[in-house]
Amino acid sequence: MSIGLGHYLSIGAMLFALAVVGIFLNRKNLIVLLMAIELMLLAVNINFVAFSRYLGDMHGQVFVFFILTVAAAESAIGLAILVLLFRNKNSIDVQDLNSLKG
Amino acid sequence: MDIQTGFFYLFAGVLLFSAFRVVTARNPVHAVLYLMLAFSQASGLWFMLGAEFLAITLVLVYLGAVMVLFLFVVMMLDINMDTLRAGFWKHFPLAATLGAVVAFEMAAVLMSGFRLATPAAVDAAVQANNAKALGVLLYTEYLMPIQIAAAILLVAMVAAIALTLRERKDSKAIDPSIQVRVKARDRVSMVQVPVTQAAPAVQDTPAQEKQA
Repeated sequence: MSIGLGHYLSIGAMLFALAVVGIFLNRKNLIVLLMAIELMLLAVNINFVAFSRYLGDMHGQVFVFFILTVAAAESAIGLAILVLLFRNKNSIDVQDLNSLKG
Repeated sequence: MDIQTGFFYLFAGVLLFSAFRVVTARNPVHAVLYLMLAFSQASGLWFMLGAEFLAITLVLVYLGAVMVLFLFVVMMLDINMDTLRAGFWKHFPLAATLGAVVAFEMAAVLMSGFRLATPAAVDAAVQANNAKALGVLLYTEYLMPIQIAAAILLVAMVAAIALTLRERKDSKAIDPSIQVRVKARDRVSMVQVPVTQAAPAVQDTPAQEKQA
């Protein structure tokens, strides 16, 4: 049985599901939440690359390029906010983030 | 089973195992290291798909830059893991059910819906030089988006620095603009001091007696 598009898409789906499970489990740890978001973006990127290969369209890979750019910017700002948060509250527990009383 | 199938299952298996360890690892440093392993396996999968440029970019940008940034932050923070791990497995049944439903439904649809066993016939030039094909597309059709992406990266860099920049209270740095605008009279001032001074009146004798 040769490897088809469905195999790659299934890997992407399983990776995304694992990241969702990670968000459920690590409700308190902000840094692992950021890592789970990175895993989700990786799953989406795998889907894009697989479709790009199997449909013979380079535009999918261009999209992956832009997703990588935005993900790098997102993680840099997210980590900066995390450091700021730890400096002010001495904790990265999501449940301590209630200063806005939302 | 040919060698490509074997490599696919190897990369996929290690990728899913390391992704699972990312979300369950007790030590956040281990989680970051497993995330690096997961990204390297994804890079291998992208190599198998013929996206060499993106695979190398993933290794350079993610393993080389973003994950090291994560590692720095994790090591800098003094995290009390026991409070963060409290009730870790409380929602596990719900999470596992949800994850399994998502994975199996998507896999069932995708495996039956996309029966493209063979890749589309690609241009020989594209196949031979993935980076060139991607670059031509990026700098012709996607010229404006790539400028916006560059601006996003610049804004992210400025924002990250501005967020974490801290004014030190014990810093002795001098503002240069104040320094160059200083005048001589700000530095030296003549004070008229009388040559002789009247002796202070003696009136605190009770205090002196108390000390003696």
